[in-house]
Amino acid sequence: MDLTVGPNPFFWSAEAVRAFYRDLAAAPVARVVIGEWVCSKRLPFWQDEIAGAVDVLRDGGKEVALSTLALITLKRERRMTADLMAAGLPVEVNDLSALAHVPVGAPFWVGPMVNVYNEGTLEWLARRGATRICLPPELPLASIETLARAGRAADVAVEVWGHGRAPLAISGRCYHARLHDRAKDSCQFVCGEDPDGRDVDTLDGQAFLTVNGVQTLGRAVTTVAAQIGALRDAGVASLRLSPHAGAFNDVARAYDTALRGSEAALPATLARLMPHATFCNGFVAAGPGAALIPEQGPGQSAPTRQF
Amino acid sequence: MMELVCPAGTPAALRAAVEAGAHTVYCGFADETNARNFPGLNFSREEMAAGIDFAHDRGAKVLVAINTFPRAGAQDLWHRAVADAAAAGADAVILADIGLLAHAAERHPGLRLHLSVQAAAANPDAINLYAQAFGVRRVVLPRVLTVEEIAAINRETEVETEVFVFGGLCVMAEGRCSLSSYATGLSPNMNGVCSPASHVAYAETAKGQEARLGGFLIHRTARGAPVPYPTLCKGCFTSGDQTGHIFEDPVSLDATRLIPALRKAGVSALKIEGRQRSRAYVTQVVRAFRAAVEAAERGDPMPEGLLTRLTEGQAATTGAYAKTWR
Amino acid sequence: MPGRMTQPPMPALPLPLPLSPLAAVLSMLMRSTLRRHPAILGRMGAAAGARFLIDVTNVPVLLLIEPALRRARVLPRSARPAHDAAIRGRLSAFLSMLHGAEDGDALFFSGELTIGGDTAAVLALRNALDDAEIDLTEEIAGLAPAAGPMARRLSGLLERRTGLSLHRVTETEVRE
Repeated sequence: MDLTVGPNPFFWSAEAVRAFYRDLAAAPVARVVIGEWVCSKRLPFWQDEIAGAVDVLRDGGKEVALSTLALITLKRERRMTADLMAAGLPVEVNDLSALAHVPVGAPFWVGPMVNVYNEGTLEWLARRGATRICLPPELPLASIETLARAGRAADVAVEVWGHGRAPLAISGRCYHARLHDRAKDSCQFVCGEDPDGRDVDTLDGQAFLTVNGVQTLGRAVTTVAAQIGALRDAGVASLRLSPHAGAFNDVARAYDTALRGSEAALPATLARLMPHATFCNGFVAAGPGAALIPEQGPGQSAPTRQF
Repeated sequence: MMELVCPAGTPAALRAAVEAGAHTVYCGFADETNARNFPGLNFSREEMAAGIDFAHDRGAKVLVAINTFPRAGAQDLWHRAVADAAAAGADAVILADIGLLAHAAERHPGLRLHLSVQAAAANPDAINLYAQAFGVRRVVLPRVLTVEEIAAINRETEVETEVFVFGGLCVMAEGRCSLSSYATGLSPNMNGVCSPASHVAYAETAKGQEARLGGFLIHRTARGAPVPYPTLCKGCFTSGDQTGHIFEDPVSLDATRLIPALRKAGVSALKIEGRQRSRAYVTQVVRAFRAAVEAAERGDPMPEGLLTRLTEGQAATTGAYAKTWR
Repeated sequence: MPGRMTQPPMPALPLPLPLSPLAAVLSMLMRSTLRRHPAILGRMGAAAGARFLIDVTNVPVLLLIEPALRRARVLPRSARPAHDAAIRGRLSAFLSMLHGAEDGDALFFSGELTIGGDTAAVLALRNALDDAEIDLTEEIAGLAPAAGPMARRLSGLLERRTGLSLHRVTETEVRE
């Protein structure tokens, strides 16, 4: 099992993007997916950084793929998607419509925003050319086990959402703009003010969700720290780490250490590296995604508890 | 005339819809294969066959929604649902999952396939992909598009388009939302439920009446005021110094007045949400919309505000169809 | 679908007069209705085992119904009976919903009906009754067929006097 860094969900400045990927080039991860997958309006502000980031990551020995948007509706967005295919790098499809631009049989990756819930779908995508699939974050371990098996049979590497706030929803409407009483088309890029998204709490003050433009994420940081053994036994090929502000390279190193056999220390290391975060792992445990359960063995779904 | 596609959660609602003027009724089997897997709802195999006969005798069609995403290792349940719908004489099945579409196209080549809104095919590339790969004949468009975008889609595809005009409003792209499972462990995609009643708790507290979903407080209202159902995306939350309906107010979709524009945009069918609603709802909404599509056909103005009482929050929106919603 | 419920014997419960004759009639009506509409219990599944407290606010007593036991109990307002789910509202709201004159969700959105406890059980009950297309007048007439014509006449008269919905609404009658 190795590590894959997914595309950054948040809107960072070009300088912040450049620094992030420069540092990441030294991190112990096997591959990196880069690109704007949340909002096409953000891309002009940082797309000039992509070519340089790809170079520095490849120089660092990483495999690099480009991500499509997660929700493609506009003509401009469809053209952008078609253009991605011409870049000569693997493309990670995060909206199925991007497949229309992939020649039949040409290899591609599938991201967590495409609904791969069962063997039938995995096998169809494999026949179409998929070589790597990151499963949707809400899948329980039993499904992951079956899909990892189907993936081995179909020569598809199966990846699981390993670390980071889980993407829960995407909309035609921008909730960041709505919070500022603006429509999406006149958002003035307010999502750029919140490098880790904007907190949404319940009325009684419980941390709940995170708004990130048109995307909604969990508030708790998903981590499979307590489930690494079960995922390894299931034959999962890679864990996906989702970029966030803060000590991301240290987080990647902590997961790498865990994959090399000392996983017991991982939860405590994460708690130290992200002192303000709460953590959750309920999806893999077949419970509420926001729940945190203790260690999980293969095929066993422990009782959940809310934190 | 634009085809009116109406919901039925029970055999009684199916009969009510047909009698009120539905051209087409959609419904599902009583299990996790359909996206309205609610307590006390839906059709046994026998009820489905009888319902289809009833509708066909009166010139109406029946579409069977098998629109959740099959569980890994348990695809048989979904495959059987498609076979049983075909055997019962369904006019089409409404599917969302790629694997299930591939199965249906291969095993039931004579069966008409509609693409569920749960597939969230939001542009012509996606729609044409489903048509080429599986022979999909109609797509139910996700509720993230404006009327102009719908018109543009129709210019680029031969696939019929169906759009929601009334009822509960998903504010997120359908079929791509895990908010419910984040709070409760049960999701529309896997279990056919959103914000399930089994995880809802109401309580009277010193601060007012509270509605919780999976333990998370979704609404709090003054004593005596109606407590909305705690659908997660219509909840009241706090972000920074703001408190309110961060995602959407508790309103429903009513696009009656956009029917002429949707017709002009090339939309083939209008869909009414609400398989979880009563036969009283079905009768009133279907009758009003049958009158509206007939009026649109004649070029008459659209009736307005007839159905406010039936909408959540007693308020309606035209949702994403108007660009200002965004 | 969940399996059919078995029918346990009906225990006789001591109740203070005058509630017990009313309870006896209501239990009889409930058993007869469930016999005439066998799909109700099947449709409710496990929720049929729940105890539903029916609080009709403009009626002086509380009703506790247990569908799986085919039992209805009438209790004084001062009682605090253990229950799994509760539905509260005026008689007109309950009858309109039962007869398909009004939508249950609409009554809920407007605050005319409120629910508590096991929300899923309430939904199951509502959906099962909606599918059964119950007509209370006919159910009452069905208890004593000889008195049927009289019951129907009386029901029509009461309906006109009180504005309550006392029979099943057909498609043409649903109010706009």
